[in-house]
Amino acid sequence: MSINDGLIQLNEPSKPHDGQTAMRRVILCAGTGCMANGAMKVFERFRKEIDRVGLNVVLELRPEAGDRDVRLSKSGCQGFCQMGPLVTVIPDGILYTKVRAEDVTEIVEHTLVTGDVVDRLLYKDPATRRHCRGLEDNPFYARQDRRVLRDCGFLDPEDIHEFILHGGYSAAKKAYLEMSPEEICKQISESGLRGRGGGGFPTGRKWEAARMQKPGKKYVICNGDEGDPGAFMNRSVMEGNPHSVIEGLMIAARAIGADQTLVYVRAEYPLAVERMKRAVIDAEREGILGSNVFGTGLSLKCDVMEGAGAFVCGEETAMIASIEGRRGMPTPKPPFPAQSGLWGKPTIINNVETLAHVSRIINEGPQAFRSIGTPESPGTKTFALTGHVANTGLVEVPFGTKLRDIVLEISGGVTDDAGKPMKNGFKAVQIGGPSGGCLTEDHLDLPLSYDSLRAVGAMVGSGGLVVLNQRTCMVSIARFFMEFTQRESCGKCVLCREGTKQLLALLDDVIEGRADAGTLDLLEKLGRAVQVGSLCGLGKTAPNPVLSTLRYFRKEYEEHIFEKRCRTGRCKALLKPEINEERCKGCGLCIKSCPTGAITGDKKKPHHIDPDLCIKCGACATACKLQAVEGV
Amino acid sequence: MATAHVAVDRAGKFRKVCCILERYDYRPSGLIPILQAVQHEYQYLPEEVLTFVATSLDLPPARVFGVATFYAHFALEQKGKHVIRICDGTACHVKQSLPILSAIHEMLGTSEKQRTTVDALFTVETVACLGACGLAPVLVIDEQVYGSMTPERATALVDDIKMQENTGDSQAAGATVNGEAHVN
Repeated sequence: MSINDGLIQLNEPSKPHDGQTAMRRVILCAGTGCMANGAMKVFERFRKEIDRVGLNVVLELRPEAGDRDVRLSKSGCQGFCQMGPLVTVIPDGILYTKVRAEDVTEIVEHTLVTGDVVDRLLYKDPATRRHCRGLEDNPFYARQDRRVLRDCGFLDPEDIHEFILHGGYSAAKKAYLEMSPEEICKQISESGLRGRGGGGFPTGRKWEAARMQKPGKKYVICNGDEGDPGAFMNRSVMEGNPHSVIEGLMIAARAIGADQTLVYVRAEYPLAVERMKRAVIDAEREGILGSNVFGTGLSLKCDVMEGAGAFVCGEETAMIASIEGRRGMPTPKPPFPAQSGLWGKPTIINNVETLAHVSRIINEGPQAFRSIGTPESPGTKTFALTGHVANTGLVEVPFGTKLRDIVLEISGGVTDDAGKPMKNGFKAVQIGGPSGGCLTEDHLDLPLSYDSLRAVGAMVGSGGLVVLNQRTCMVSIARFFMEFTQRESCGKCVLCREGTKQLLALLDDVIEGRADAGTLDLLEKLGRAVQVGSLCGLGKTAPNPVLSTLRYFRKEYEEHIFEKRCRTGRCKALLKPEINEERCKGCGLCIKSCPTGAITGDKKKPHHIDPDLCIKCGACATACKLQAVEGV
Repeated sequence: MATAHVAVDRAGKFRKVCCILERYDYRPSGLIPILQAVQHEYQYLPEEVLTFVATSLDLPPARVFGVATFYAHFALEQKGKHVIRICDGTACHVKQSLPILSAIHEMLGTSEKQRTTVDALFTVETVACLGACGLAPVLVIDEQVYGSMTPERATALVDDIKMQENTGDSQAAGATVNGEAHVN
């Protein structure tokens, strides 16, 4: 297809393609979660089975369809990862969950041939025990407002034509043909869009600063280096709707007068790299990217670069260093990248999700964007909901939504370690990854926004929401994040490099029973020093998990220190295994199981554990049939 | 003759690197993609290749080594035939990924320091997050993702690969034994 064909298609108003034709569609989620659960096998079986019952399998977009055609396509992540592989049938509006290859025959024969619903494959709401037919009556989806994610679960990420048919690239075209850079910046500023990568900096202001620089070489970079462990929304957007990212980049490039863009993707996301690269090639072939963007004579290039595994590269200046082929170490701001960034040229760096919002703002206007969310934090935000909840997955809600709605309602409730529902199991929610904090039940009615979270010592961050149940030791959680930031500290600032190491050592003291009365004060003082004495966001926020757990779970720290006890039993060094003399019948099973010979005792008499020899492995407790071993 | 053989071998080795360097126009700014391509070719970054890259790009070797050691993705040692990666991102961590790691370490005789098995069949690594949090805890063996892991299921998976290797390579292994016998 030539450049002009692409333009002709773009000139047509976007039509709801599937609504106009009778063609039924079967959409298989091909997100990472569903793929790992065997989505490809299901896809292949669909292809065979549809063919077998005498229907036509249509794999590509067609303007017209016969009444025996069924379009079979893959989509990006549909969000409900826990229940995958997911199969959506439209226009029926049915969502089948946990579909195995063996189930395909039934779906084809019942749903595609006779139009019935296969009840047993529908999601069953654990609260009402009712089957949910589609998205509307499914509590996981019904409370969401999916804007960035909606197309991810619907469009074929490898088909640029489908994206275009659904209005894709119309905003980029408008930006290039009908709007001046000033107007674009003004609209983005008016929309109140704030960076979705963590800091929440107003996007319009960033663009305006770069636009004001004198004309010449400028760059736009898409930050897809999603390093927060426990967040995968950027991955899903890059995999599920790569063209929306490119469209956002194009609008940003037009706004600041850049002719070069770059997508920096995290190395652990091979599928995102592949899909982004393919999307760039397709967009070039259609004349959307290249030397003559929409026939304006302007040129725009887009490169895809794979990161090399460094969390600190999510920081703007470190990412620039990495792109220039150096160690990813941040530099002081100012100069801000918008003034002097990549190769000393004005550069703006936006998160994947931020860019994915841009086209909608240009198409629908800033007021429409502002109509949802809160005045300070307009729009929607995606969250990666994980941890001890029934429904893990990707969630998109307007800012201002209460934490409770996500953590207890959309999540389907808190679960125990085995995944079974746990009544009153909620203990804390860790929000914002290694830069964020742990919040408690008291914060559940907090309306989510950049500022409300910062006020309580957490942050939106990239949007990781990890729910923790009562069996989680909060000191260990703080240690987990500290170990991560300590490992990822680039080493430039002394307080970050050495401070995080010492914070980690202090937490180890608490966990291993060496801490004393002064440890908590020291943790707090050092934590605040690291915040003040670090150059970039990594160090400035690294103590947040420790400080927030100290603030809200101080009692648990004190139990570790003064009572040498971990209430969850997860801190091994604090375990004190003892044999209950009344229960022990002296059978000797524990003696046999003990690897260090720490248990002694005569036959048929209560046994005894020597605390000096005991390594607290718990083998005796497992071996004992009478549950006589306590404290493990 | 042996020396000539080594020289030819070395030329062959660097020829691939030269192709990669040419692809990036010998630009020092392309250092990271160049090292990624080199690692893709050799599975790790041999020291001599790093020095060669430094000289070719007219960069101080310290700069190249600095970059190679800074990023977690680069390996300076050869990895095993199968790479087992256990995700220890937040979601996997709270769903008990560490017992899985310990079980695999124990089974293969590896550790945090000694990541590759003696027979060079397996390398065991942890990774900060694979972005498959919905399936936590997650294990990846040679790019294949396995979700909702337990120590038992994980060791069973590794066992399967071991079995396949044993049956598949029995001929090759036999050949080596014969070869050694022949030399003796």
